Amino acid sequence: MRAQSSAAFRAVCAKRLVKRKNGSADIDKNKRTSGLPSVSIDELERIALTVRRHIIVMTGKAGSGHPGGSLSAVEIVTSLLFAVMRHDPTDPRWPARDRLVLSKGHAAPVLYAALAEAGYFPVEWLESLRKLGSPLQGHPDMHRTPGVEMSTGSLGQGLSMAVGMALAGMLDKSDYRVFAIIGDGESDEGQIWEAAMAAAHYRLGNLVAVLDYNGLQIDGPNKQVMSIEPVADKWRSFGWHVVEVDGHDFRQLLDAFAQAESKKGQPTMIVARTVKGKGVSFMENVVDFHGKAPTVEQVESALRELSSPITGNGAR
Amino acid sequence: MKQGMATREAYGHTLVALGRENPNIVVLDADLSKSTMTKLFAEEFPDRFFDAGVAEQNMVGMAAGLASCGKIVFASSFAVFLPGRCFDQLRMSVAYSQMNVKVAASHSGLTVGEDGASHQSIEDLALIRSLPGFRIIVPADEVASAWATRTAASVVGPMYLRLGRPKSLIVYENGHDFVLGKAVRLLDGDDATIIANGRMLAEALQAAAICRDKGIAVRVLDMHTVEPLDREAVKDAAMETGAVVVAEEHLLNGGTGSAVALVLAEEYPVPIEFVAIKQAFGQSGDPASLLKAYGLTADDIVAAVEKAIARKRQIVSVRRGS
Ligand SMILES: Cc1ncc(C[n+]2csc(CCOP(=O)(O)OP(=O)(O)O)c2C)c(N)n1
Ligand SMILES: [Mg+2]
Repeated sequence: MRAQSSAAFRAVCAKRLVKRKNGSADIDKNKRTSGLPSVSIDELERIALTVRRHIIVMTGKAGSGHPGGSLSAVEIVTSLLFAVMRHDPTDPRWPARDRLVLSKGHAAPVLYAALAEAGYFPVEWLESLRKLGSPLQGHPDMHRTPGVEMSTGSLGQGLSMAVGMALAGMLDKSDYRVFAIIGDGESDEGQIWEAAMAAAHYRLGNLVAVLDYNGLQIDGPNKQVMSIEPVADKWRSFGWHVVEVDGHDFRQLLDAFAQAESKKGQPTMIVARTVKGKGVSFMENVVDFHGKAPTVEQVESALRELSSPITGNGAR
Repeated sequence: MKQGMATREAYGHTLVALGRENPNIVVLDADLSKSTMTKLFAEEFPDRFFDAGVAEQNMVGMAAGLASCGKIVFASSFAVFLPGRCFDQLRMSVAYSQMNVKVAASHSGLTVGEDGASHQSIEDLALIRSLPGFRIIVPADEVASAWATRTAASVVGPMYLRLGRPKSLIVYENGHDFVLGKAVRLLDGDDATIIANGRMLAEALQAAAICRDKGIAVRVLDMHTVEPLDREAVKDAAMETGAVVVAEEHLLNGGTGSAVALVLAEEYPVPIEFVAIKQAFGQSGDPASLLKAYGLTADDIVAAVEKAIARKRQIVSVRRGS
């Protein structure tokens, strides 16, 4: 029942990342290497599939956890770790690395699955999720898990920390970029908007936030619990450059990240329309799968569905 | 001991009953109504339920505003966010302003389990105890929780209910007559006293049974009300048993044990031992393994009782000059 691991891909990926790191002569001066060896969309879709399978298997094994909001963020996290970010799985604390803060920390499974696939730690670790003593805590813990940039889980705090990292990058004249993933329910928190104001105020062109806009939180759809619309306009009015994309379409996501990179002196918000539970028919748009693990039978039927890559379309 | 509802479930059901009796009761939640069980009230009284979304600070402000206009307001979330996330709002808008707001915080302690440290509130009592005017109840089972919820509705002023996620073991018969601020003496003995509340009361009773088999007779007190603390019961325990153990699912610093120690220091110092979480954060794991790993089981209480009694004997022998 174990999800297939793409060990081969991980090897390729790790080598590529190292080459990137060494290939840049004066990496310490933080010259951003352009023209990174690109990963094909096909490859990304294959990784996304593996990541989805991991999410199902690991939450199923744990008997608890948050599959819905993990599945909605698969393409976002996969784009970042496998195509957008400058990082080195063999050197998680590399000072010039791009930083990723999973502000919606309950989606830890998607981060763990992608980090394992990228080579930060053995894929076998995934099976220990949420067990006593495990390096993979229910919510991300920066001191236990290689590749986890910041400890999160209490919603609304991650973007502020990302702002701090972006400010440090500015101070240190380092060209690393900072990415934060937030939820739509999480956007209810006032602190998100405090961070939004600060990022624009300090002209943080090195900061990119992604809104995993799956439309659902715990008590129901955003529309019923707490409306956040017009959310793109809100971010615009806060001074951010806003790009709206289908959050399951790699082309659109990569394009948005590239756009963000070219924006100087202004933070970018990528509003990614997604489907909660994406890829597993009985989980898609089901509020209850926010924080409910699949049963043994559900794991099996989910894995049957997740046997070939899916393409795009987060439009609701 | 039989397993009953979780204290949060009894809270949810009692809220519904209160809602039927009193149209002045209003309930707020912050996107966790299915977990805190306020959804039961929300379903029956949609007009008197307001979801703040994931915005605990705003929820507390709204609660204070509603209370200032005469509503009896219950506000719920996980204990880690309420009080954790909105301490200043609770301090200024509720405690200092003496608003009739009932903070019912669920998922307290380590037994939240697999969600891990970020969600395990082990410091909430320390926070709330520091706020003048807050009464604090830590119910042990469904009967106590139902009583605590009713008491919160009828006593005017800020109140904190510390509720738990897992099913709780039944300690009390239906309709047990609790009094706010009065500890319940569940067992008697004169070798030592175990003071416990919440989840740890069941462990304390099991510990007392183990002690009895070892020939140690302990008194067990349910200190369900942490503020105002039953000073008389603590003093009596010290004078009559000469050794005290406090067991709670909370950090050592600032919890029930600190409150009891303060009374002993002022009134009648005797050896006191603490079964609590030493200065450390929690982690993911199933509740039972966590309680074991963090030293919060009946066996840990027994060990603490034996240590407290040994210290008592040592003091007695020193006094005798032997
Ligand atoms: C401060 C805080 N309040 C409440 C929670 C409990 N909680 C966990 S996830 C969640 C809903 C989040 O919804 P959303 O951001 O839309 O997440 P997604 O749909 O992406 O999973 C809530 C209320 C929390 N983790 N942190
Ligand atoms: Mg959502």
